[in-house]
Amino acid sequence: MLGLFAVVAFLVVWTAMSFVATEPATVSFIKGHSPGAPVHLVAQTDGAVGTGAHPTWVSYQVETPQSRKWVHTTLWQLPANTRIDVTIYQFDSGSPLRNQQWGRVTGTIGNSATITGTTFQVVNSYQHTVGHTFTVPTLGINVPLRGVDTSKKGFCTSGPCNPKTQLHHTVTFSFKTPKLPGNYRFQCFIPCGAGHYAGNGGPMQTLGYMGGFLEVQA
Amino acid sequence: MSDRAGAPGRPAGAHPLQDIRRIFAIWIALSIVGDLIFWFVAGPHVPPGDMTSSASGAQFDFNVLFMVALPVILGVWTYMGYAVLMWRASRPGVPDPVGGPRARSNLKVQLWWIVLTTITVLGMFIFGTVELIVPAGAGGAEGPNPIWTPTSKTILPVQVIAQQWKFTYRYPTFGGMETNTLVIPDNTTIAFHVTSLDVIHSFWAYQLGVKIDANPGVDDIGYTTTNQLGRFSVRCNELCGIWHGAMWDFGKVVTKSQFMRWGEATERAHADNTKYLPPFAWTYVPTANTTTGVTVANTSGQAPFSKVQKYGATTSAKKTLKNVVTATSTITTGGSTG
Repeated sequence: MLGLFAVVAFLVVWTAMSFVATEPATVSFIKGHSPGAPVHLVAQTDGAVGTGAHPTWVSYQVETPQSRKWVHTTLWQLPANTRIDVTIYQFDSGSPLRNQQWGRVTGTIGNSATITGTTFQVVNSYQHTVGHTFTVPTLGINVPLRGVDTSKKGFCTSGPCNPKTQLHHTVTFSFKTPKLPGNYRFQCFIPCGAGHYAGNGGPMQTLGYMGGFLEVQA
Repeated sequence: MSDRAGAPGRPAGAHPLQDIRRIFAIWIALSIVGDLIFWFVAGPHVPPGDMTSSASGAQFDFNVLFMVALPVILGVWTYMGYAVLMWRASRPGVPDPVGGPRARSNLKVQLWWIVLTTITVLGMFIFGTVELIVPAGAGGAEGPNPIWTPTSKTILPVQVIAQQWKFTYRYPTFGGMETNTLVIPDNTTIAFHVTSLDVIHSFWAYQLGVKIDANPGVDDIGYTTTNQLGRFSVRCNELCGIWHGAMWDFGKVVTKSQFMRWGEATERAHADNTKYLPPFAWTYVPTANTTTGVTVANTSGQAPFSKVQKYGATTSAKKTLKNVVTATSTITTGGSTG
């Protein structure tokens, strides 16, 4: 009886520790940041992250501001009331949006973004396809990230992908973090969780992949 | 058995009905005071408030049911309190309880008890049932073919599109524009047409007293009439995935003139994206559930809005109406799989 209890207790602790241990890392854009200066956030979206427990899942990776290394996480710590200049290298293929409403850029400075230097406010996802959207619902931010043409050379099949050598779209935009500290959830609004129910399972709802938080701190 | 010996707990010399009269008098007084205090002090603040006809209806229903229930519980408490105070064993002159026919049963009391409780429960059942459907469905979902409809001759149709994990809103009388925020005018009957693009959700506009299920492929209709300006919260009320708890936002009830200005300005501002949306329809059909998920309008045999649902209809909206009625159920897509 005591042995059974020990086994059950071990399993409970092991399961709990597994959850704790699998939480993705947090990349801080606050350390070393000068108050008032804009933050430069560089991320990439990969069709297959190439690492971790699910190397075939779609995912974000973010570049650390200090060492410029790609880190597989979607927990990004940002200073409050600060301009964030975002660059996303979009390496994934695309499809039409389930709801074309998410083809519209909102909540960024100027309600616009750029793709390879060209400013845009709307993406016709039926014509150009969208790989992912960077959407922070509570802040009203939405930026559609156009999909790349998989028939072209240089398509990245496993992350982290190289923006110098591999096929991608460079999307830039800026937004201002709120004055109120808090965790602001972001997600992708194209059902890119292939093989999961409604396309929104798996990586779409897992921290570190396509769901995450902007951890805004004062 | 004498009154003195046979009526348990009654002090010597008391009339058999004296206790009942006292209890009844205390109960009536407490009930009237309690109900009046509740109705006038707490009642107006009972959620969901009175922002709309359905919200004030829900508030009224709650208040009425509470006012019926309050005397019941006060009756129990009064009897208990009276028994503790007047019939406690330590009170001088109170004899020990004894048995006998009057302690075993009282047919008259039993009959009154059954009749009164039956009337109370049936009354609340009938009241609750009627209030569930009036006025105009009381803000609840009525499916695609509503039975209880409003009498207003100008109804604003608003389509609520649920998607993991955000509600968006389409206004067919404003060119079929789609927005991320819900804005509606004051003193207006609204027809909420609720549908989903993926799994089941539930559109719950709390302060509006509106709760309508969002099912894929279904145009679930519910009505309410606004009667107060202000902000209200919208949340999903059906467990719809891991971010279900984050599926909320706020809406606004504004004046009619503010609404018209907002509607026309938003229609113009969103025109660059509205032209890419599927033609307006009451339901949409994602052709697949994965990365090939093209969404097309399901326009089979449905006009985009009825003759009464014309509030704010603009020229472009009328054009949309014409287009949608004649549209096929497909749209041109240039996309590839992702």
